[in-house]
Amino acid sequence: MQPSPSPNSSPSRANLAGWLYVSPLVLVLVPFFVAPILVVLAASFFATDGFGGLTPGFTLASYIEVLHSALTLKLYLATIKFTVLTWIFTLIIGFFVAYFLVFHVRNQLLAIGLFLLCTVPFWTSNIIRMISWIPLLGKEGLINQALLAMGVIHQPLEVLLFSDLAVIIAYVHQLTIFMIVPIFNSMARIDKNLIEAAIDAGASRFDIMRLIVVPMSKSGIALGTIFVVSIVMGDFFVVKVISGGGSASVVSAFYEDVGVLQYPTAAASAVLLTLVLVAIVSLILRTVDIRQEITR
Amino acid sequence: MKSDRGDIELAGVCKSFDGATYVVDGVNLRIADGAYCCFIGPSGCGKTTILRMIAGHEDPTAGEIVIGGQNVVGLAPVQRRTAMMFQSYALFPHLTVRENIAFALRVRGQSKADRLRVSDAMIEKVRLTQFADRLPAQLSGGQQQRVALARAAITEPRVLLLDEPLSALDEQLRVQMRQELRRMQQELGITFIHVTHTQLEAIALADLVVVMEQGKIKQAGAARDVYAHPHDRYVAEFMGGQNVLSGRVEKVNGASFTLAQAASDGIEVPLQARATISVGDEVDIAVRRDDVALVRPGRDLPPGCTTSLPSRVLAIEYQGYFVKVMLDTVPDDEFVAYVPEKTFFADPFTVGDVVMATWATGSALPLA
Repeated sequence: MQPSPSPNSSPSRANLAGWLYVSPLVLVLVPFFVAPILVVLAASFFATDGFGGLTPGFTLASYIEVLHSALTLKLYLATIKFTVLTWIFTLIIGFFVAYFLVFHVRNQLLAIGLFLLCTVPFWTSNIIRMISWIPLLGKEGLINQALLAMGVIHQPLEVLLFSDLAVIIAYVHQLTIFMIVPIFNSMARIDKNLIEAAIDAGASRFDIMRLIVVPMSKSGIALGTIFVVSIVMGDFFVVKVISGGGSASVVSAFYEDVGVLQYPTAAASAVLLTLVLVAIVSLILRTVDIRQEITR
Repeated sequence: MKSDRGDIELAGVCKSFDGATYVVDGVNLRIADGAYCCFIGPSGCGKTTILRMIAGHEDPTAGEIVIGGQNVVGLAPVQRRTAMMFQSYALFPHLTVRENIAFALRVRGQSKADRLRVSDAMIEKVRLTQFADRLPAQLSGGQQQRVALARAAITEPRVLLLDEPLSALDEQLRVQMRQELRRMQQELGITFIHVTHTQLEAIALADLVVVMEQGKIKQAGAARDVYAHPHDRYVAEFMGGQNVLSGRVEKVNGASFTLAQAASDGIEVPLQARATISVGDEVDIAVRRDDVALVRPGRDLPPGCTTSLPSRVLAIEYQGYFVKVMLDTVPDDEFVAYVPEKTFFADPFTVGDVVMATWATGSALPLA
């Protein structure tokens, strides 16, 4: 609903009031979001002397370099692989955790307690969380030792740590909460009478899930998906630490560029990635009308 | 053997959620096949719980629920062949009217063509054809109610359970939808059980009115029975339209007894169904508000009236076809006369006037 201006105030006054409403957001977004993006955008068109010096101007050289590089495609494929796998696992786990909390935990206090339990990993820093995987997944880690002791394997599994598998595990561990929260939120707003009405009509548990719960959690799923996809695609830290340098992502590549003072190519890569992400997010928003679902 | 009959028998049905207090406390009731039955009572009296137990959304703590000769306790709603219409309708907000109505057919695995045919026929029956592709949020309250009714009726249940179906509507629509419910019930020819807290709704619709209080049935009977011949003070006051007076029996003379009243010579009451009354008993009696006539002091009482109580007019409310006159006839209790409009305005009273409240002796009713 748009607030209609009161009839006795002039249009310009209504305009002013409108601007005042959005000013706090503008004050935050312009210096901390719009300005940096514009700087990066500008830098991507600058020329460089190869030692960090930038020559203001307009050249597409950086873009041509990035797009011509075979590495770019490989990195995007790798990143998309991480993203899709992480998305699938976080979605499945997040959906069922939220489902359990909303529909199976009768006691609301217990539900809130369990919900907080999901946030426990976030009580510590990202680095500690990453390092904590080493005693579990490492060559002499718990899992390898257990498997060796049981005689299932005779050589420690190298694939557990410093591998793509480890990267996916770390991502899923870190990002499932971003699925749980929005899905929990949209599920919690499903009227319990609807479930009863469905049972009354003869729906099985699976029918209820398929025909009622999933469609009505769509906005939560979409929001969670946006969080997970944008975080994974914009990440280099987890890949770097957990893969031990064995895997790379789009961002880790332009992190390297920055390290060797290739600012314009780094900026061009960043702009490209932003465009790709914007495309993905708008695709998600096209399939699910989040605004309409949220105001429902 | 499966039966198509929708007669219901509740035998000793109890329900307790915490093991200590009984929300439904030993209810016995027989509802005939194809009857329109209304459960009525204040909130928390257990009427909705009974409905939910018949529907199969709640299990009784004790007792049997028999539908069509078969004990259905423990069966799923589908196996009971009951359908429920929820209080706030519980329409699926993401499905269109047609999809809502066809939902039960869909989960029963009917083919798309079949369920479209059946649901479109039902949509026509509830006159929603032009709205079939809309979402529930795009409908008015009355239309939503018709969708809910159609969704419940689509599976041809033998019993349809309605949980306060009219409470979400405004007054005018409520009267209109009331008729529609009755029409649907007659068209479908199945048992309707309707929970309400509105007396007018219950007596307008029901073949069988069941008045409840604190988990127990106070009175069950035809609408006119319950309204005109309430069992006890609770039913009389709850159903309304009655003045309840209490007093001590002064003397018993043949077919009537006399109730002592401070302000007058006593009230003569026919014994009617009450057999055992003796001098000294504390007794409640009911007098219908529309049986009370008001006479100015000193004038002759209308024929058949032996009792007259001097009263002062406390307030007057114009109600259209009658005038509601509130009196101080009995201390601490309401005493109201419904005077026909034309009678009242032939000789109107004003607040503070002293009048004699009187009624035909035969119309006073002793209560249990």
